[in-house]
Amino acid sequence: MKYKPSLIMNLSGYIEIIFRKYTPLLILLVTIVIFSFIAPNFLTLGNFRLMLRQMSFVTISATGLMFVMVGGGIDLSVGSQIILTNIVLSLMISSTYGYGIDPLIAIPVCLVLGTFLGMTNGVLSNILKVHPLIITLGTAFIYKGIGYIIAGGRNIDGLPDSFRVYGQGYVGLIPVPIIIMVFVVIIGAYFLHNTNFGSRVYAMGGNQEAARLVGINIKQKKVVVFAICGFASGITAVVLLSRVFNGQVTTGAGIEFDALTAALLGGVSFAGGEGTIFGLITGVMIIAVLNNGMQLFGLPDFYQNIIKGALLLAAVGYDQYQKNRRSKETVTRVAA
Amino acid sequence: MEYAVAMKGITKSFGGIQALKHVDLELRQGEIMGIVGDNGAGKSTLMKVLSGAYQADEGEIYIFGKQAQIHNPLDSFKLGISMIYQDLALFNNLDVANNIFVGRELVWGPLGMTLNKKGMYKRAEELIKDLRVDIKSPKLNVARMSGGQRQMVACARAIAFQSKIMILDEPTAALGVTEANKLLGLIKNLKNLGLSILLITQRIPDILAIADRVFVLKGGVRQQILNVKDATLDDVVTLIVKGKDSNIEIADDIKYQSFG
Repeated sequence: MKYKPSLIMNLSGYIEIIFRKYTPLLILLVTIVIFSFIAPNFLTLGNFRLMLRQMSFVTISATGLMFVMVGGGIDLSVGSQIILTNIVLSLMISSTYGYGIDPLIAIPVCLVLGTFLGMTNGVLSNILKVHPLIITLGTAFIYKGIGYIIAGGRNIDGLPDSFRVYGQGYVGLIPVPIIIMVFVVIIGAYFLHNTNFGSRVYAMGGNQEAARLVGINIKQKKVVVFAICGFASGITAVVLLSRVFNGQVTTGAGIEFDALTAALLGGVSFAGGEGTIFGLITGVMIIAVLNNGMQLFGLPDFYQNIIKGALLLAAVGYDQYQKNRRSKETVTRVAA
Repeated sequence: MEYAVAMKGITKSFGGIQALKHVDLELRQGEIMGIVGDNGAGKSTLMKVLSGAYQADEGEIYIFGKQAQIHNPLDSFKLGISMIYQDLALFNNLDVANNIFVGRELVWGPLGMTLNKKGMYKRAEELIKDLRVDIKSPKLNVARMSGGQRQMVACARAIAFQSKIMILDEPTAALGVTEANKLLGLIKNLKNLGLSILLITQRIPDILAIADRVFVLKGGVRQQILNVKDATLDDVVTLIVKGKDSNIEIADDIKYQSFG
């Protein structure tokens, strides 16, 4: 007799698919509802605009990081890349401590530097054949160390007023960082979801050996995705420096933690080959709401760190659970 | 006679182990040639040299009479060679259409990099229909498919790019009887479409059912090429186990086991 699933089983299957697909969105809504009740001034237009601006920095970094993660890698040096490019840029444009170079010349140099730092991670990953987690952990210390040495313990001020626009400016009612974020996200989504390059990055993350066998140049792709991540770090450094308006070695530190948690919460798989920009944005929004809500609620920093750490572990655990489940399903089907 | 593939003096070593020793192989145009041999005979290694997954230490390869330099899978693909690997080399994170077109996507636009998704899904649907495969939609994820369906997706990938030479490595190994028969039928159809096919398998009856000739390897050395219409199961098994020069007697239980 042919097996026919019951109506209830069908229904539970649909619910499961919907639940899997919209889990990040559900978490976001629940978080917003909770903070609306417990955090004063959370549900105001001004606060949401502030949140959007705060999340723009993480979103730009996370978009770059997503390329690496979809390709099956990880970059823990994002924050350190921002620190180094931030210090180099501030020294270039500062008239007090640096060279007073026109920002229009210094910014492209800073973006090239960011790209170079990212590219170095990709090249090292190819040469040493070690997991990027270890490579980027090492380069994170190196980049941060160089940043500290160059800064020489100073807070670099004396930046030109024309530089304020990238982090503090408005176009109409919309802050410039948000416009830059939207621009980065659109370009990122185009390359990842609508080009042959993006398709190959997904393939590489899904099955590296199979990708090699269909003729995809794995080494080249690895370098390119890390370079894109570095380029995004460069943009973040520009926007953050313009916002803080003071070259500090703490600017951007630890941003990779938020970007990574957001990516995982949004469905970007730790193992590679999965995730969408839409999911990523949802993940970043969850982090932004959480950061902002906890601040407004008056939760001490230590507790905030514990909650964020637990969230990262929960996201990794959920990702792994989904992965194991799918593997089991595949094995069962292939054997059937 | 101009062969579809002529491999001459192919030698390949891995460290101290010589996997292939001066192997010659000639595949005629439009024929199905079975490649057989015991485990470790060098069947997959020889085919991986042709597909560009491995590079030979010595030897020459001619494709349709012209000497070819195959350094990687892309070189092989450009020469019209497709290989379907034993483990299928599919992408579980991608759907059917993306699995078929990955690495050779249909693109449009001034930069030539924007995916023509509509075109890819349409072509994938046509291929599924042509192959008469039981796959409901090209948007289905391959992770949710049976072994037979996955094998068909791998075949569709080779056909989509009008390969002239197809290599199949143990295509029926993971399939049930019905699905294996369907696949063998498909391979015959591909021959009728003009493809030259190299078929690695341990299932000798499969080869006797659909191949024109059978190429026997033992210990990385070419033994003999037999015409299937003149060969029996015993002839093939004897060559696999004994080789062409040995006088070793084959025990009855070995004969029996070889037929699976």
